Amino acid sequence: MSKTHVTTTINGTRTEFLCEANETLLTVLRDRLHLTGAKEGCGSGDCGACSVTLNGRLVASCLVLGVEAEGAEITTVEGMAEGGELHPLQQKFLDLAALQCGVCTPGILVAAKALLEKNPDPSEQEVRYWLAGNLCRCTGYDKIIKAVLAAAADLRGAA
Amino acid sequence: MALDEYEKRDFQVIGSRPVRPDGIDKVTGRALYGADAVLPGMLVGKVLRSPHPHARIRSIDTRAAAALNGVRAVVTGADFGEIRKGETRNVAENAMAFDHALYDGHAVAAVAATSEAVAREALKLIEVDYEVLPHVTEIAAAMAPGAPVVHAGFVEDSVPDGFSENVTARHEFGHGDLEAGFARADKVIARTLKTAATHQGYIEPNACLASMGPDGRGDLWCCTQGHYFVRQLCAEIMGIEESRLRVTASEIGGGFGGKTTVFVEPVALMLSKKAGAPVKLVMSRNEVFRASGPTVSSEIDVKIGMTRDGRITAAEAELRYQGGAFPNITVMFGAMAAFAAYDLGAVRTVGYNVLTNRPKQAAYRAPGAPMAIYAVESVVNELCEELGLDPLEVRLKNAARKGTKSSYGPTFNDIGLVATLEAAQAHPHYRAPLGPNQGRGLSCGFWFNFGGNTSVSLSVDMDGSVSVTEGNPDIGGSRASIAMMAAEELGIPFERVRAIVADTASLGHNDVTDGSRVTFAVGLATIKAARAAKKELCKRAAMMWGIDEEAVTWENGCAKPSGPNAGSFEPLPIEKIARKSPRTGGPIAGHHEVNAEGAGVSFGVHLCDVEVDPETGHTKILRYTIFQDAGKAIHPDYVEGQMQGGAVQGIGWALNEEYIYGKDGRLQNPGFLDYRIPVASDLPDIDTVILEIPNPGHPYGVRGVGETGIVPPLAAVSNAVSHAIGTRLYELPMSPPKILKAIREG
Ligand code: FES
Ligand code: FES
Repeated sequence: MSKTHVTTTINGTRTEFLCEANETLLTVLRDRLHLTGAKEGCGSGDCGACSVTLNGRLVASCLVLGVEAEGAEITTVEGMAEGGELHPLQQKFLDLAALQCGVCTPGILVAAKALLEKNPDPSEQEVRYWLAGNLCRCTGYDKIIKAVLAAAADLRGAA
Repeated sequence: MALDEYEKRDFQVIGSRPVRPDGIDKVTGRALYGADAVLPGMLVGKVLRSPHPHARIRSIDTRAAAALNGVRAVVTGADFGEIRKGETRNVAENAMAFDHALYDGHAVAAVAATSEAVAREALKLIEVDYEVLPHVTEIAAAMAPGAPVVHAGFVEDSVPDGFSENVTARHEFGHGDLEAGFARADKVIARTLKTAATHQGYIEPNACLASMGPDGRGDLWCCTQGHYFVRQLCAEIMGIEESRLRVTASEIGGGFGGKTTVFVEPVALMLSKKAGAPVKLVMSRNEVFRASGPTVSSEIDVKIGMTRDGRITAAEAELRYQGGAFPNITVMFGAMAAFAAYDLGAVRTVGYNVLTNRPKQAAYRAPGAPMAIYAVESVVNELCEELGLDPLEVRLKNAARKGTKSSYGPTFNDIGLVATLEAAQAHPHYRAPLGPNQGRGLSCGFWFNFGGNTSVSLSVDMDGSVSVTEGNPDIGGSRASIAMMAAEELGIPFERVRAIVADTASLGHNDVTDGSRVTFAVGLATIKAARAAKKELCKRAAMMWGIDEEAVTWENGCAKPSGPNAGSFEPLPIEKIARKSPRTGGPIAGHHEVNAEGAGVSFGVHLCDVEVDPETGHTKILRYTIFQDAGKAIHPDYVEGQMQGGAVQGIGWALNEEYIYGKDGRLQNPGFLDYRIPVASDLPDIDTVILEIPNPGHPYGVRGVGETGIVPPLAAVSNAVSHAIGTRLYELPMSPPKILKAIREG
């Protein structure tokens, strides 16, 4: 199979790769670019562990083809901290123990960031519904929801 | 002696909530899980799985696959040849079918190729000649005489005559005169309750990276709860000595018991051996559902007698569990746990294990207990309803306490059940008003907890900071709690301790991370290792001062002279002693090895409010409060986290989750879309109340907290639903159609 050349921007850095036409963006990120922060929990769009943003839109990268990244801006969990400074969501997840095994965490952080960019002051219910596509089997979500709300308050305070 | 370890004291570090040391890697994407490792020259492994629930494998033709460009190795059951005996044989046969495919999804062949695409292509070229056999996937059908025999040769002597060969073991526990007990009861209720098989549902699929060298030495990287056990199983299967295989546990993306054994690891090792190259093998979600271990499904008969004033006079249960095509002892745990919360004069439980054409079950959080206690707690509540009694009062009246002879034999020491029930009774949740279509339920929960074989090594580094090396994969923050215990014992800040999980070659044996054992047993060993290091530190300080070792004590991270003849010296902090260590005898360390006893059983009580929509049968959880005895909560956030996570898994079990098999014996819902675990919008806050009734078997009073939390939700939710709709369901999950039917039939 012949490969396609793709030029894209990942976490602010211009990136090029070759991929096969049927390869998912998740596979490209993980296996070709060694950005293993996004996880494959299901490969079918049901768990959210592979969440990234594509041109600002939250997507399940297991449902996007690598070739669709041509010309796009992609952000992953690896791009969340800025110059060693954790994003408030990351900090709150640590402070409030919002992770146990941590395998869902990258996807949830990316999804929560996308929410707060759209809606800086979400209600608890809005957070719960926004994150309904991100499965976590360890925490029962309680501390995750609290951490997202606390980070939102922080970000509003800082703005 | 294991039961007098506890000493009351004031804590500096224990009970605080520091940021866990592995957290930063997990919020930045740096943490490496099972599927995240790579090696140069690595191949991709893929497994071919049986589409039939039961078939004889007449032959497998792998020639075309092996000839495909890019395929470097093909393995089948023939490569696992003459294997051994006992459980290792079962594990091997489950990892790769020998001559029979025993369930839908059973591995029959595997390939290693240069790419995923080639590996997939190769699987299509493998030809398996199956002779399809009759199958059975449900308990009653499998027990019936004349049922298709799933897997012959496992029947134990304990099984009486007259059963099908699928019934492999019978377990019995109890004491007292049942007949007399039931005769004294004012009300006796007997019911049959059923629970579906559920999956642990860890978000990280099983994954490993295996590399076997031509000299018969190998390395294995995998996500597991117990890399020493992985080593033991894989070394036996590969026919090599354990020390030849080094296993490194990756970060683990959830296990809940499901990663206490191996599925793909021996296959990857065998492929690597044949190919002469490293092989990565990652299960798809479909494979995780079809071929890694779910827990058992159950059918349980419960009969309980009660007096008018709420005293239980006799209790008995027969438990029938199926856990797939291989024998297991989960039903024994169920039979032991069923009535553990009660102080009973007459009790008996009998458990039967049943083979079916389903995947080999694996442990799932408090294995065997949730379904047994669901059945018991449902019938206890029904008795309370019939007799017009308060269900919490009745539980208090009958609660097991110190000195109670448990239903499974041992006599309880200090246990927290009564305190836990009283905390629930005093909580505002218990008296909060309910609206229309709403109901409240409660249930007790119990788990035994284990200790087990543990090694810990603690070194005082040259600058006085401390490294703790332990051998149990951290599945929920245990490195934090281990480091906290080391810091507490040494009197130094938490930040000066780093805990790491060593590979199998770097530290003595450690049992699997299971049985809620890690904070208890590894904590105990860490405290003892720290005490050994402290002793050495005092000795070195004595040398530096030129006084007797006995005249030195340890306080707040410093050696201090004490006693009449010690002289007066400034306290020597750990860093000064460490820096001088080359001149006082070399490096300073402590270690401890133990087969820990005295784990201390764990009880919990859950309160649950639901609202049932009478139009759709949908149940919404409105409020949920957990009361659980932690002995001593080392890091309360992660204790709460265990309790909350367990409760939500139990809620899923009660309401949604189930393995659904078709008439064709195939699993109908092997994906997260159709096997629906709870999502954030299904749930309210999960409130927690931690009780601390010290466990005499641990220096700080710790009890394991990981498993009990999954036990009460099944009956708590079911009792709440019954309360809301005014009629009772005897089967889980209580999916909307079943609830609607129950409402209609009243
Ligand atoms: S891996 Fe993409 S949604 Fe699960
Ligand atoms: S922390 Fe383990 S799945 Fe969310």
